Amino acid sequence: MPRHDCRLQALTPARRIGANEGVDMGTDSTQGTFPLIRTVGIDGMLVTFAPVLEDRANCAALAFRAAVDAAEWDGVIETATTLTSVHVRFDPLYVPHDAIRGRLEGLLAGRDWMNAPLPDGRRLWTVPVVFGTDLAPQLGEAAAEAGMTEDQAIESLTSQTVRVLTIGFAPGMPYMGPLTPAWDIPRQKALTPKVPEGALVLAIRQVIVFTSETPTGWRHVGQTAFRGFRPEAEEPFALQPGDEMRFTAIGPADLEAIRADNATGMGGAKVEEIA
Amino acid sequence: MKPGLRVQSIGPAATVQDPGRPGFRDRGLSPGGAADLLALAEGAALLGQGPDLAALEMPATGGRFVAEGPLRIALTGAPMAATLDDWPLAWNASHAMEPGQVLQIGGARAGVYGYLHLGGGIDMPLVMGARSAHLAAGLGKPVSSGAFLPAGGGAGLSGQLLDGTDRFNGGEIRVVASLQTALFAEDTLARFEATEFRRGGRANRMGVEMLSEGEGFAADGQLDILSEVIVPGDVQMTGTGLPYVLLPECGTTGGYPRIGTVIPADLPRVAQAQQGAPVRFRFVTLDDALEIEAKRRDHARHLRRAMRPLVRNVHEMSDLLAYRLIDGAVSAWDDPLTDS
Repeated sequence: MPRHDCRLQALTPARRIGANEGVDMGTDSTQGTFPLIRTVGIDGMLVTFAPVLEDRANCAALAFRAAVDAAEWDGVIETATTLTSVHVRFDPLYVPHDAIRGRLEGLLAGRDWMNAPLPDGRRLWTVPVVFGTDLAPQLGEAAAEAGMTEDQAIESLTSQTVRVLTIGFAPGMPYMGPLTPAWDIPRQKALTPKVPEGALVLAIRQVIVFTSETPTGWRHVGQTAFRGFRPEAEEPFALQPGDEMRFTAIGPADLEAIRADNATGMGGAKVEEIA
Repeated sequence: MKPGLRVQSIGPAATVQDPGRPGFRDRGLSPGGAADLLALAEGAALLGQGPDLAALEMPATGGRFVAEGPLRIALTGAPMAATLDDWPLAWNASHAMEPGQVLQIGGARAGVYGYLHLGGGIDMPLVMGARSAHLAAGLGKPVSSGAFLPAGGGAGLSGQLLDGTDRFNGGEIRVVASLQTALFAEDTLARFEATEFRRGGRANRMGVEMLSEGEGFAADGQLDILSEVIVPGDVQMTGTGLPYVLLPECGTTGGYPRIGTVIPADLPRVAQAQQGAPVRFRFVTLDDALEIEAKRRDHARHLRRAMRPLVRNVHEMSDLLAYRLIDGAVSAWDDPLTDS
């Protein structure tokens, strides 16, 4: 099984990558050394590992969040990761800011987080995708941007593993990457008015599987029956930050068959623990 | 059959709300919950029940409801004209309803969000641990005509009155510095505090727009900021430097910079500001904000101490009639606001 190691390169800094402005990247003019600890409102601390999206900063955030969770500090309500940060929300009347800051600083000093291994408990999802056809009409366009034929593009996208860098914009919606450098293609200038739930869209070395019908500036290269948000289910969210995903190519008839029997919302995906 | 309220007519975008659904931030779901959490707590106190139960949140206008079975109700939040079988009902109070009685709730006299609470809460099924609709996330739907709101029932209070806290006309909003405040130049921050804003026409449970004369409030390098965590209360600047104060259904991350975060005690004042209401922002230190937060929680915990019985007697009836006459220019059925 190919494993996803944290790469050292920065991912195309200073370029807008948001689907619907959801996620931007670029330089942060905040002065300070990294990792940087800042407050969030009255009840949060944010530990930021880099001002731009570097893959190893994303890995550091995933690893650091797991360490904060494992420490089970009194007064901590919830934790979350963004592209390069960890958000720790706590009750400030129960545990003072200085105490949380001190604990975070202690944990930060304990290891080199930018080279820390990814946490345990992550899963690998293998998701069937119809690439191209009228179900995903922008495969050709995206392939051309990447300097490939459609067949080469499918070969490329089904032979690599992406990681859930963060979840946001909509509930359960994963920003996944990094794709190989050939896929550093810009967003289109105009928004596609809507792509359906389960659409696989691509830009700036990242892919998203949409959790609801939405407009997007990313290119619609594939279609899945995978539902990342299933509010009616006992486990409403399929993915966690840090999970990994691979794609297998199927035909439109296969997708029809999957959709006919998709009560779980898995869309024919297989899931396994990453050992 | 379980007692409850049958909705005969209702304004748009009324939803069932409770304190929200925290804990899913890591999966991209904001907490949601009542836009005015104080109003939710007041209703719980007036009915003598726990603060986690669900109520009906009514933006700008109420509706017409019929009791199916004996009920206790409370009315809180933005004051709206209310009648029970055409008798005026006190706002910020709890009342008994007999089967078949008709409750009519009109447009907001001030503020935006009125709340209709039922004894035992609105007993809807829990979805992901809460009953709140979160329309931005696709959870739940607006309550429509014909819907039935089942009451949880059980023992509790009615006939109680609370003095409301004035938070329905805009005013001063206190903010703390947050992770991106340092991206704004000193003179921009000073101008932000000195500016009188008016609540704009774009407002919903995700956020409200604040308008002002003159130039906007952009951050340095505003367009190159990495997407980062967002929390309710954040004052976010759009690309043109126009502030939006984010409310419970905001996203969890975003690329627009935030100049600061409204403290929880003042978020109801933001949500309840009607279009055009004057708003000013003032930075407070984190220490001051925590002191205010302690007082806010204390106040919410001890609302019951501030209650008094709503005595139905001849004097009160005449008071109510007088009130009705004095207030005659504002009928219960004024045009509902349509901007929220």
